[in-house]
Formats: sequence, C-alpha cells, structure tokens
Amino acid sequence: MGRFHRHEDGAEHAHDGDGGHSHGTPVGSRAGAPEHAPDGALDHSGYQTSGERVEVLEAIFGENDRTAAANRAEFAAAGVRAVNLMSSPGAGKTTLLRETLSRLAGQLRIGVIEGDIETSLDADRLAGFGAEIALINTGNGFGGECHLDAPMVAAALPRLPLPELDLVLIENVGNLVCPAEFDVGQDARAMVYAITEGEEKPLKYPVMFRSCELVVVNKMDLLPYLDFDLDGFLDNLRKVNPAAEIIFASARTGEGVDAWCDWLRARL
Amino acid sequence: MHELSICASIADIATRHAAGRPVSVINVRVGQLRQIVPDTLVYCWGLLSEETPLAGSRIIVETVPARIRCRSCERTADVGDLPVFACAGCGGIDVEIVAGEEFLITSLELADAETGAESETGAGS
Repeated sequence: MGRFHRHEDGAEHAHDGDGGHSHGTPVGSRAGAPEHAPDGALDHSGYQTSGERVEVLEAIFGENDRTAAANRAEFAAAGVRAVNLMSSPGAGKTTLLRETLSRLAGQLRIGVIEGDIETSLDADRLAGFGAEIALINTGNGFGGECHLDAPMVAAALPRLPLPELDLVLIENVGNLVCPAEFDVGQDARAMVYAITEGEEKPLKYPVMFRSCELVVVNKMDLLPYLDFDLDGFLDNLRKVNPAAEIIFASARTGEGVDAWCDWLRARL
Repeated sequence: MHELSICASIADIATRHAAGRPVSVINVRVGQLRQIVPDTLVYCWGLLSEETPLAGSRIIVETVPARIRCRSCERTADVGDLPVFACAGCGGIDVEIVAGEEFLITSLELADAETGAESETGAGS
C-alpha cells in the first residue's frame, strides 16, 4: 500500500473550530471500516465525554526533536559533522561505507553509528578500516524498531571519541519509511538508492526521497542487465525532490565513490 | 511501522495534560506527509493504553492534506494524490510545503468523572 494517500478509513474528522488550515476529504464513518477495529478498539470508550476540552497543541515528536537538537549541539561542540545515511535493505549502504572508509582512512577521522535490528554483521564488515564504530541493535527495544531515533543515537555518542573525529556517518536501519520521520541530529541526510529497486520508488516513498540532500544511485554496473528506466527514475526523483544532488555510483566497482567522498569532504 | 512507539509518546503527553483527570478522546492532527496510518494508530492505542490511566480513551485522527506554495508565482495548491512537488501553475520547482507535515495532539476531551470507569481518577502521575 502506498504511503502517500489520503486516509480514508478508521479516522474520524474533528472540526473543533480551531481554523487556520484546510481539512482533508471527509473520511469514512467508522461503520465503513469495521474490519479495522478488531475487538472494538475504536469503540471501547468506557467514558462519557464531560464536554470539557483541554487544549494541548503539542508535537508528538517533541521529545525526539529535543534530543536531536542536543545531539546536533554535541556534534557541533566537538567540531564533528554527522551524515544520516538511509536506504532500503540491500541497497548497498554498508558496501559504500566500506569503500568510503578505505578511501578516507588516513585523511579524515571517521566514526560510524551502525543501526541494525539484530546482529553485528554490518559492523563486522566495517571493522579494520581505522574508524570508530558504535553499534545500535534496535531489536532490544519495544519489539524492534525499524529506524534510528534521536535517543538511540544519543545513547551511542558516549561510545565514540567525538572530539577526536571529523565526521560521523550514521548508518540507519534499512527501510524507506520510518527513518525519514526521525531527526537524529544529523547535519545532512543522504540516501543510497539501488537501480534494482525500480524507477517508481520516489513516487512510492516521497517523504524519504524528499528528506535527502543527496541521492547516491547505486549498482550502476548492473544497468546493462536490467530493464531499468533511468530517465524515468530521474524524472520521478525530480518530481519529488527537484533540489536533490545525484551521484551515480557502483560501490562494487568503485564508480562514483570518489564523488561521494568529495561530497562528504565538502560537508566539513 | 512505528505507531506503537508513537502511542507511547502520545500517552506521555496526554497523561501530563490530563493531570489525573479521566480522558475520553485524544484529538490528533496528522499531515498527509506524515507516514502515519490512522487505523494502525487507533489500533495500537487500544493495545498500549490498556495498561495506563488512559485506558478507555480513544484517538480521533484529523488529517490535513499536503499543500505547497510556489515561491516564483505565489500559487498555493494541494499536492493531491501524486507526490509532485512542483508548481502546477508555472512549473516552478522552488516550492515550500505550507501544510501536510503536522503531527500533534491538538486537545483532550475529558470524561465525566462520575461515569468514568473504575478507579482511574487520580491515577495519573
């Protein structure tokens, strides 16, 4: 199911006279979506409304955003730039990071915050390149989180020698939905997109593609073997994020990796 | 999706504002560009709130369509169902999002303490 849709069911529409914005298309009544209310989840209000209303107007991600701001301040105080690297699973983030570390070792002091639902497989692949690595297994949380949030990154920071570093690369959990929602305190967001994913992905995951300053278009070495419509992809990407920078790359052959490293250096 | 952890944040905020009073409805405003599925949010709330002083309350979601404003020609328009962030008037790509990124609790509706279920009153901390 596409994420970019109007929410038709299950949601009621409150017109509470607060004005100032337009409302969506009227949403269906609860009766229109009974299958979405198992065991009466929508309806098991045990209370009668007293009619008294308490104004709240508080952002639900407020706590995350405050922690993200604290992370950002901590990076800045240490003179470190942080890049939040996102992608779907298998797009090539870890391979790109390996190539990045092997090229930049000796030039930049790099820390990696590695988000993974389980295992240290990715962190293991990055060992031996002189970078400082802090692993976050998000599986320890409430059923396993599908993204890194600001408190998780905050918990990883004490495990990195920030004052000794120039750059922190935050490898997010492979997922095109949730990581786009959570500010972790990065200075820039970039994503790795693999051409094996199909050209329609920017339209299906517009929030992710729009959140990034840079899209690394990876696995370009496979182009001759795929029915991939590169122009169609670029057209879709520009509809969603006209300002995105684009680097064509193959982490496997090394194509474009220097351009990516230059982009990282330019953040410093 | 992360609706379950979002419900934990909602519970924290609502509990603080309710200050021990029983709550019947939590009104939540969700922009179209937030990747929140209202059904899932409502369902997760039923699960998560069960063990809290907010048990018995329900979430009502108000959705806000995405709107963009073109900085070149000043035209403002709904984005619609296709995520095209360019001006339909002049074709300009220098647009700003003016609505659709909301994600907040707007208000709580309090329950009548007399009919309020079982022992929840005063349980807030």
